[in-house]
Amino acid sequence: MNLYGVKAIYRFEMARMWRTLMQSIASPVISTSLYFVVFGSAIGSRMGDIDGISYGAFIIPGLVMLSLLMQSISNASFGIYMPKFSGTIYEVLSAPVSYVEVVLGYVGAAATKSVILGTIILLTARIFVDYTVLHPVWMVSFLVLTSITFSLFGFIIGVWADGFEKLQIVPLMIVTPLVFLGGTFYSIDMLPEIWQTITLFNPVVYLISGFRWAFYGVSDIHVGISVAMTLLFMLGCMIAIWWIFKTGYRLRS
Amino acid sequence: MPTWGNSVQPDISVRNLNKVYAGGFQALNNINLDIRRGEIFALLGPNGAGKTTLISIICGIVNASSGTVLAAGHDIVRDYRAARATIGLVPQELNTDAFETVWDAVSFSRGLFGKAANPAHIEKVLKDLSLWDKRNNRIMSLSGGMKRRVMIAKALSHEPRILFLDEPTAGVDVELRRDMWDMVRGLRANGVTIILTTHYIEEAEEMADRIGVIRQGEIILVEGKEQLMAKLGKKELRLLLQQPLSNIPNELAEEPIELSDDGFELVYTFDSQQTQAGVARLLRQLGELGIDYRDLQTRESSLEDIFVGLVHE
Repeated sequence: MNLYGVKAIYRFEMARMWRTLMQSIASPVISTSLYFVVFGSAIGSRMGDIDGISYGAFIIPGLVMLSLLMQSISNASFGIYMPKFSGTIYEVLSAPVSYVEVVLGYVGAAATKSVILGTIILLTARIFVDYTVLHPVWMVSFLVLTSITFSLFGFIIGVWADGFEKLQIVPLMIVTPLVFLGGTFYSIDMLPEIWQTITLFNPVVYLISGFRWAFYGVSDIHVGISVAMTLLFMLGCMIAIWWIFKTGYRLRS
Repeated sequence: MPTWGNSVQPDISVRNLNKVYAGGFQALNNINLDIRRGEIFALLGPNGAGKTTLISIICGIVNASSGTVLAAGHDIVRDYRAARATIGLVPQELNTDAFETVWDAVSFSRGLFGKAANPAHIEKVLKDLSLWDKRNNRIMSLSGGMKRRVMIAKALSHEPRILFLDEPTAGVDVELRRDMWDMVRGLRANGVTIILTTHYIEEAEEMADRIGVIRQGEIILVEGKEQLMAKLGKKELRLLLQQPLSNIPNELAEEPIELSDDGFELVYTFDSQQTQAGVARLLRQLGELGIDYRDLQTRESSLEDIFVGLVHE
């Protein structure tokens, strides 16, 4: 195991985050705070409780997930896309590092950033809304698991993308709708029956539901299924990455 | 098992290497090549001949279609860690980070290649390349020549035993070129094997121990520089005549000799290997024929002439 190599990539990527502090931390915190002000405090005060939880508190897990997903994908995809774009990828490809080590470095750094960000958002939320965490261990586990899974997903997008446009397309066109339709702002039970069934094909539903269960002990879907689905998605990403490095897809001709 | 420091074992050993790109283009065609420990090997060839593809395969950036490569005795696929750890690469394109400082970027490379941090070594490399004053500058703020130096520093950061320089002096000013060749000589003195490609053939002529010529994906020749010059080099004797000749005298018709259009110049071409007897005989004959000359010059063909001759065959 080339630990020096993993450490070099990890530190390189973390340094990028500190350099772009405004973009990586401040902007998601600000946008999430706006959601809390608008939906939590302003509109939320006029909404009834859902499953016995005040609306402001109800949307917290979903909003944290929204930032976590978006930032994991964008950090990890940018991390591997930039060296491809600038050509500095030659160094990683010619270095004595295995693909597992490359992924550990890039995805590890992206996931670390997401966990830091998620924590900051949770602390920020506390300013606006009062909430409890019934299962703190599960809450942290979901936070970490989601960060890793979507950083893996972001890594795949970064390898796949051959232009800045493609880098943006997946988070904006696919992930944002999935999160908004995944029960961030409502309980699945509130939907008509046909939409409840359709919603079950949305993987983000399982993440938000599980994460919300860790906070309040109530969920649309059994928490076991949530964990299983997240792990399944993670496995899918790992297989895709294994295939990418095996075939050299868009990395080695 | 191959051992380090064994001078018999080649440092790079390429066997039956082929590369066909996805589009069907055959970039390399059955390449066989040995590069000796501690030599400077110049790989020459026109654009698109396969030089960069060959280097990229050895360094692990491009996958070979078939064939094997050993670097310092390690198979580059099966034993890629050991193989790659011995190699430093300075690619042709000026691909550098932008926002990182020189120090961070060079230290990153060392870590990436599996070496523990060694600030003293990084300091030495940066000083050798006149980058020490710039160590805290962001790379984007550097000139093109300085960026080239950073790339060399990155390649040397992990103390490679084999160094690839792909067109290192393309677009580089005279001073940097001179520095670079001093550095290359210094590295060779320390036992580093150096493989370089260049368009400046006079550089290969000056620097290289051996020369390989690649054309359309095939190695058409590998030879020691001196032997190559001796074997393929031509010499020319030019005689400037007192009186113009209308045609070459019959007595000289058998000789490899040409007359210029104005009739004032005779050009005699002979192999470098040939003894001077040919020249002496010719001059005697001219004397007997009563052809006077006011000046004579000889010229040896350069590596460039040889190269152009080979590539256009």
